[in-house]
Amino acid sequence: MFDQILQFLITGMTTGAIYALVALGFTIIYNASDVVNFAQGEFVMMGAMSTIFLAAGDNGLPIPLAAATSVVLVICVGILLQRFAIAPARGASVVTTIIITIGASIFLRGVALVIWGKDIQAMAHFSGEIPIHIGNATLLPQNLWVMGGTALMVLGVHYFFHHTMQGKAILACSYNRDAANLMGINVGLMMLVAYGLSALLGAMAGILVTPISFTSYDAGVMLGLKGFSAAILGGMGNPMGAVVGGLLLGLIESLAAGLISSGYKDAIGFIILLLVLFIRPSGLMGRRSSDRV
Amino acid sequence: MRFNKKSVTAITAAVGISVLSSVAVAADTIKVGTFLAVTGGASFLGDPELKTLQMYIESINASGGIDGKKVELIHYDTAGKAKEAVKFAKRLIKKDRVDVIVGGSTSGSTMSVIPLAEKNKIPFISLAGSVKIINPVNKWVFKTPHTDRMAAAKVFEDMKRRGISKIALISGNGGFGKSGRGQSLALAPEYGISVVSDESYGAKDTDMTTQLTKIRNTDAEAILNFGFGSGPAIVTKNVRQLGIELPLYQSHGVASKKYIELAGDAAEGVRLPAAALLVASSLNDNDPQKQVLLDYKNRFEAKHGAVSTFGGHAYDGLLIALEAIDRANSTNKAKVRDEIEKTTNFIGTGGVFNMSASDHLGLGLDAFKMLEIKNGNWTIVK
Repeated sequence: MFDQILQFLITGMTTGAIYALVALGFTIIYNASDVVNFAQGEFVMMGAMSTIFLAAGDNGLPIPLAAATSVVLVICVGILLQRFAIAPARGASVVTTIIITIGASIFLRGVALVIWGKDIQAMAHFSGEIPIHIGNATLLPQNLWVMGGTALMVLGVHYFFHHTMQGKAILACSYNRDAANLMGINVGLMMLVAYGLSALLGAMAGILVTPISFTSYDAGVMLGLKGFSAAILGGMGNPMGAVVGGLLLGLIESLAAGLISSGYKDAIGFIILLLVLFIRPSGLMGRRSSDRV
Repeated sequence: MRFNKKSVTAITAAVGISVLSSVAVAADTIKVGTFLAVTGGASFLGDPELKTLQMYIESINASGGIDGKKVELIHYDTAGKAKEAVKFAKRLIKKDRVDVIVGGSTSGSTMSVIPLAEKNKIPFISLAGSVKIINPVNKWVFKTPHTDRMAAAKVFEDMKRRGISKIALISGNGGFGKSGRGQSLALAPEYGISVVSDESYGAKDTDMTTQLTKIRNTDAEAILNFGFGSGPAIVTKNVRQLGIELPLYQSHGVASKKYIELAGDAAEGVRLPAAALLVASSLNDNDPQKQVLLDYKNRFEAKHGAVSTFGGHAYDGLLIALEAIDRANSTNKAKVRDEIEKTTNFIGTGGVFNMSASDHLGLGLDAFKMLEIKNGNWTIVK
């Protein structure tokens, strides 16, 4: 029984780590610009897809180089998204910007479909596929890559926001845009940085998890939804809340599938999300809504 | 430039004539309507199906058509959504006035179109898997792919031969997986097989080790996975990762090279029931299907790359429909329907079809071959 639970936890942590990265991307953009970016899942898909295709064939780049190139590409897409879709709509209502990002996600899926086709794609594991045994439970080296990579990026994001001028400037924008502007912060530039950072997290999530999960042009939809749920669960606007929310959601799904019923695991995940929102409308670690007026 | 009254009249007349003439031409064509999941999650079904239909209609027209009439294909992409399928089927029937419908990549879209076909009395040959399409028999509805019930039966037959009596079932929660699960559960007792574990996963799930860990802790002697897309490939990899040594069976839903490519080494030793198309060249020379299969395979691969059984279903559906129209010597829907029902000894890619009033598929269990993946390729289990 213990081995079984351990296996559920390993699986849950891996899936959860990816949800956490996607949720973190949601949170950063939400904090910087009050926009819920539903194209976040597409960043994940594009990071994975472009890496696979850059590394494909005999003349393909080695995986690390392909991954780095595709991260830069996806960051550019993020910046372009902000510059040409979100920025022109500044001052629009939340609903309008949500519709814009949903439109952008459909557009990006379409572009991916045209460029890369509709087949499911696989990526080689970074360090082989020989399972590591912990008692009767097993994990792949790739699981460690996912968990370790996520941990590093979460720490990096934390450092960025609390210990660098740029990061603090973005936080300032999220607290009060006009005041930040008056203080000489280039708000427009900060927005671009925030979108670029979100895109980076998304692309990295895609590259880390694809050896385990495969990818396809429409793989971002589900990940985007799960990441959004995780962000809500943890408390929209709190980066650490997003991480906690993501890990929790992954663990809940895995344990629900393992201990209760695999048919109802998604339903159980959503019921817990609803319960949390019922008791704490701002999420587990969200700011109380009264503070935000 | 401004239009004066005269030129407007002239343009109107020209448009009118061209509309009339296109109507006149239309009367001399056989209109085959189709709605397929060419994009979306089930595109691996719809894409080769559409390519097959286009390829064969083109070549039939090039060699003179059917009874001197050209065949015209009218196609809509459903993206795998049942709601879209209903919309497009309505358009095919009411607006395009097609003579026969050959389409419906997924069971969900087919099932939602059946009432329309029945109500409007139009022959409809479905390309989807579920047994529910033809059982109970609907007067106007036929299908060409093997059913999931046949797949389950073929798998159980093989398991019985290997002395397996307890199995774990893991299925995708989409239409195909659910239907396959239902048929497997219903059929297992007939083969003296008990299902000791019954798990499922979501179509876009990224990891199934949780479900498989549960299966590992049961006394199952084999695992049967019903699903398509990325799910079965992930299941296959996870089984090996967890070090589960049990025989793994997949359904005909993964009968394409993509599955082997995705699952890689983990697919070695996996068994699945599939149409003979995948192993056409290794069939006996006296196999009646061999020539048809090789012809189809070579023509498809010359133009579009690796062949899949799904495109083959479209070939079967199209040719059954056109041969029926040929025999009926008309596009009268009732006559065509009767002729489709009389299809006998039609050698298609899926097998040898013998339809009847009570069997709107007309394939036997022998239409399936039990395959095993060896060295990254299909081999026939003798």
